[in-house]
Amino acid sequence: MSHFVPHAPGYVDNGGPKIVTSRFEYDDSFTLERYEATDGYEGLRRALDRTPAQVHDEVRDATVLGRGGAGFPAGVKWGFMPPGKFPYYLVVNGDESEPGTYKDRLLMERDPHQLIEGCLITCYALGLAQCFLYVRGEMALAQERLARALNDAYAKGYVGKNILGTDFSVDITLTWGAGAYIVGEETALIESLEGNRGMPRLKPPYFPAAIGLYGQPTIVNNVETLSNLPWLMMNGAEAYKQFGSEASPGTRMVAISGHVKRPGVYEIEQGVTTFRDLFYGDDFCQGIRDDNELKMFVPGGGSAPWFFPEQLDLPLEGRVVGSEGSMLGSGAIMVMDETTDAVKAALRLVRFYARESCGKCTPCREGTTWEERVLQRILDGEGRPSDIDMLLDIADNISPGPYPVAADPTQGLDAVPFPPKQTTICPLGPSSVAPITSTIRRFRHEYDAKITKRDAIPVTAAAMTTAPGNSEGG
Amino acid sequence: MSYFTPDNLAIAHEIISRYPVAKSALIPLLHLAQEQEGWVTDDAMRQIADLTDTTPAEVKGTGSFYEMFKFHPVGKYLVNVCTNLSCQLLGGEELLAHAEKSLGVKAGGTTADGMFTIEDVECIAACTEAPCLQVNYRYRLRVSDEDFDGLIDDIRNGRADDIPEHGTLGRVRQHIPAGSMAGIVPPEQANERPVWLARNDEPASGGTEEGEET
Repeated sequence: MSHFVPHAPGYVDNGGPKIVTSRFEYDDSFTLERYEATDGYEGLRRALDRTPAQVHDEVRDATVLGRGGAGFPAGVKWGFMPPGKFPYYLVVNGDESEPGTYKDRLLMERDPHQLIEGCLITCYALGLAQCFLYVRGEMALAQERLARALNDAYAKGYVGKNILGTDFSVDITLTWGAGAYIVGEETALIESLEGNRGMPRLKPPYFPAAIGLYGQPTIVNNVETLSNLPWLMMNGAEAYKQFGSEASPGTRMVAISGHVKRPGVYEIEQGVTTFRDLFYGDDFCQGIRDDNELKMFVPGGGSAPWFFPEQLDLPLEGRVVGSEGSMLGSGAIMVMDETTDAVKAALRLVRFYARESCGKCTPCREGTTWEERVLQRILDGEGRPSDIDMLLDIADNISPGPYPVAADPTQGLDAVPFPPKQTTICPLGPSSVAPITSTIRRFRHEYDAKITKRDAIPVTAAAMTTAPGNSEGG
Repeated sequence: MSYFTPDNLAIAHEIISRYPVAKSALIPLLHLAQEQEGWVTDDAMRQIADLTDTTPAEVKGTGSFYEMFKFHPVGKYLVNVCTNLSCQLLGGEELLAHAEKSLGVKAGGTTADGMFTIEDVECIAACTEAPCLQVNYRYRLRVSDEDFDGLIDDIRNGRADDIPEHGTLGRVRQHIPAGSMAGIVPPEQANERPVWLARNDEPASGGTEEGEET
């Protein structure tokens, strides 16, 4: 039976297998006492009984896919470290801020020791000299819980010098950001950790394994990814692969928000549960609010192209969702019912990217701002018939694709490539394109209904003013 | 003259000691300054520059990128209402409008008594509990208009003791006892292989002398 867990608001226990949320049922799950009483730091002990290479092999064999967004296998990413170029560093990406996403926050607040243990296993396996645990600035409780957990873990000899009496020694430094979505991009995260503005670095190199923190080989892993490792060390890759599908083993946490009866954060088996199960199942969201019709949903965070009712029966598996032209990304699903204004919803996500653009690449800095302004004036009834072409033209500048500019608008948008091509260093700008192409393709009539018939209508000052933004910068 | 109080200066040095490069402590030190005074002053940035071997311009250059740092006084309580998509779908914008009306200031503004600043913010990671807000980065979930007014009333009357004044984030600090530290490894300490990797050189044995597991 599924149920809410009062001390973990948002989390819903759906009665399924639990790898990372196994302690959420305890109201003191964040304490060392509870952690030790529930096999805490046993995974680390098992790891230390093996060679570092054996631990790495176990993670590779289990195919632990990255849970931050790109879904890249952690064991493979680890293999990119150039041999012998010490010191190596570990940076934990706890800067969760993709719209609709939260699971890393719950993992940090509810089970900080599990994350710490995952960090230690990683450092042991790869010979990492130091770990930096970067938590989003706005997550005060997560910072507090992690600080206490680290202090307790140091005191008991789980972290620091000669861990558990062995030759393995590593420090974990808790560090935190100050409000900038783009810092979730791994090279921007490294810049921020070096004390700079959080702007992504030019690629290549594509992975910080080559050149990372302070120019040294660096692993950047997501909080949820690392939180899987203690269980994996305890139970082994074979047991891990009993859950989920062959290509996407294990579980993952998904947050379903918006117009469902019981929104929540659920731990589900990858590649098994479908979107329909999630939205309508008794153990999950129990249907659309007021029994309305489903209009559309965002399957994997604000950056993912949108899905519609005909995609309900797809399983939540990165590969499958990818082949349908979107992504599971960060596990954030936003559900919109028939009452939703498609243009307004698209504008809200586009506005997010316009606000959060770091300003380094011109197509993104200028383009996202223009997208926002044009969408805003359409919503305000000031739009012109040429605005749809203009939106697609701006999109084409940020993320080149076969957009049907000035052609039959109902055709061609199906061919918009995903993952998007980009004229920018990072995917932020191209992410702003997805809400626009998704809604124009499907709800062109809603745009048309808002757009005035006069192309020559002057644009008023009001329509050109962006909504009150946050302070300068990212 | 030190900007930081003696206690905070000691904390600042401790923070810096946990990084291989002092400049990495820049953001945590800006938070510490904001905790001390509620916002980041020019004097604070000068001292942070000294502490991190940078210039005041670099400190401001980095700091101004991040929304949480305030370079002018703000209210004692920063009320951040989320209006991103998940919250918008369930009344986030209406909640913001209510907050603006209730406090008599627009988003970005501060009440005349210096108590409250309202901000219209992006996703704060509580999407299933929409509409949501944070006051000084403490969550309030599924907030109705009445809830909002009750919250403001509680704060004004000192009944919201989980919410510290603006600037304070986590109320527990990391502290590593000197003897427990593995020792930070600066990047220039090149090609020193961690000792435990030598275990990979031995023929795979699996198990140490103390292993009581199989």
